[in-house]
Amino acid sequence: MEAVSINSLSKSFNKGAIQALDAVSFSVQEGELFGLIGPDGAGKTTLFRILTTLLLPDSGEATVYGWDIRTDYQKIRREVGYMPGKFSLYQDLTVEENLSFFASVFGQKLTDNYALIQDIYEQIAPFKDRRAGKLSGGMKQKLALCCALIHRPKLLFLDEPTTGVDAVSRKEFWEMLKKLKAQGMSILVSTPYMDEANLCERIALIQNGKILSIDSPQGIIKQYPTPLYAVKAKNMISLLATLRQQEQLASCYAFGEYHHISFKSQDAQQLQQLQQTLEAAGHQEISMLAIEPSIEDCFIELMH
Amino acid sequence: MRTLIFLLKKEFKQIFRNKALLPIIFIAPIMQLIILPLAADFEIKNINISFVDHDRSSFSQQLYQKIVGSGYFKAISYGSSYQDAMQHIEKEESDIILEIPEGFERQLIRENKQDLFVAINAINGVKAGLGGSYLNQIIANYNQDIRAEWGLIKGNPQQAGLQVSSYFWFNPHMNYQVFMVPAILVLLVTMISTYMCALNIVKEKEIGTIEQINVTPIKKYQFILGKLIPFWLIGIFIFTIGLFGIGYLIYGIVPLGNLLTLYAYLSLYLIAMLGLGLLISTVSNTQQQAMSVAFFFIMIFMLMSGLFTSIDSMPNWAKAIAYCSPVTYFIDVIRMLVLKGSTFNDIKVHFAITAGFAVLLNVWALYKYKKTS
Repeated sequence: MEAVSINSLSKSFNKGAIQALDAVSFSVQEGELFGLIGPDGAGKTTLFRILTTLLLPDSGEATVYGWDIRTDYQKIRREVGYMPGKFSLYQDLTVEENLSFFASVFGQKLTDNYALIQDIYEQIAPFKDRRAGKLSGGMKQKLALCCALIHRPKLLFLDEPTTGVDAVSRKEFWEMLKKLKAQGMSILVSTPYMDEANLCERIALIQNGKILSIDSPQGIIKQYPTPLYAVKAKNMISLLATLRQQEQLASCYAFGEYHHISFKSQDAQQLQQLQQTLEAAGHQEISMLAIEPSIEDCFIELMH
Repeated sequence: MRTLIFLLKKEFKQIFRNKALLPIIFIAPIMQLIILPLAADFEIKNINISFVDHDRSSFSQQLYQKIVGSGYFKAISYGSSYQDAMQHIEKEESDIILEIPEGFERQLIRENKQDLFVAINAINGVKAGLGGSYLNQIIANYNQDIRAEWGLIKGNPQQAGLQVSSYFWFNPHMNYQVFMVPAILVLLVTMISTYMCALNIVKEKEIGTIEQINVTPIKKYQFILGKLIPFWLIGIFIFTIGLFGIGYLIYGIVPLGNLLTLYAYLSLYLIAMLGLGLLISTVSNTQQQAMSVAFFFIMIFMLMSGLFTSIDSMPNWAKAIAYCSPVTYFIDVIRMLVLKGSTFNDIKVHFAITAGFAVLLNVWALYKYKKTS
């Protein structure tokens, strides 16, 4: 059974001025860790809000575990956990009070599903009498995850769970997701960080409300059409300017300490030619190497 | 039902934990109720008066003594130049000028008639109006005394005169506090319930917790009841403290009417006002917006519900607005029940209208609430 099935879902705001979602279709398998990757404003949160029955789409169909988001919202709400991008628990209630409150609204006690959250909760347990508003960012995130899990949902929606969280906590967070997945939970997670895409089983790249590509991270990388090279020189800024003048290049953009380039045609000679051109232009310490594209390279390629 | 209990528990925890809000809910109304009625006294005392006496006779002296002796007036100056007296008015030192013309005594005896000139500083309208009428009363009184004296002298005791004696029913001493305390109490309860209810719901929107609530199986009606019930209880609690704790213990006001009727009306009224709070919360996204909208209504309620000014003396259009305000009816009801000892039969219409408000506001709010989320 598919955990989520979306068929040409559209949603616009401001009377059609902003197309948040444009005929989005994909599905998430049961027990899958599915990533929705895209920059801010791509439509990730809108999609989450529709799937969690907070928002109605303009057109298209979507089901969660076979339940229609329009008509069976009561059933969906019982079975999904949602962790919004913005921390939205009661800041004036303590960690423990928040947790027992959200357990109680699902008709459960804190202890009923304690095993599921034990690993995560133990990390914040020393602060269980502290008010949620007074927790640090990473702790808030963990508490929010606990609250989303406390009723043992079949499907977990995580909207940018790692935004604004430090690198160590991010790593820990993904470890936790893996453990949850191992217990059979389906997880739909969104993130603007391309490096996190590799941690998902399958990903959908989304931009301006449109799905650009859906595949496993490896699959998406394999789809990259041309060989990719990284170029480096002493003066990176003027190097980029020079590269942009080269007509044989299909793409060229700054990427960390290198510039990434790809050629329009697959000619073995042109790498050498480019090296000569750059030397002629007065660039020093030039180094060029063929590289494996990353998800971000794929994203940039797909955007063009 | 279980869910509702959890929601109520959570709500009360949050209310009692809010160190900034708690005094506003419980202490502020009590302090206001102690202070406001003492200040809101319509009786005007200490009206400053400047005398311009061109006559300097025993009659003008008599008039002077009578005015100052009334207790309402304080003589600021006693001179013979209108210009000097006018300066006192300009400097805001004086409120009224009484000019006694030259030959006041002579004319009065000879012609049996004399004119006095009164100039009033009308910047403070209430003070000017009341001061003027007090002064007229004293002068009329003085006039009668003089005539009576002459009547005796001239051997004509049958001086025609109409003596009016008045009695203030239900508030024999015309004590403004008796009149104001219940009405101010109504206003405070209104403010607390409307503001707090609206702000509380909008706060959940602002922080985003309402989204988190909406993805749980909590039903809308449970959420709304979870919001309304705490403030309904707090409203009744504050009203009780105000009526017995302040009204009875401090001002000695004993409600004459049936308390059950009063509380039944209060319960209904609070439902209406909480409905207004709910309605405000549906049209606002931030607490600031909610506060501004609520303030707009409270302002109108305060000034147009017969709290300070009588509705009967308003122009017709203003009367129409006043009768659209639920507060008008409660102020009327509480004055009738507490001061006059009216029965349920007397306030049947008020009950019906308030029930109408309760239904209208709540249904409207629920409709908007459904639409917006």
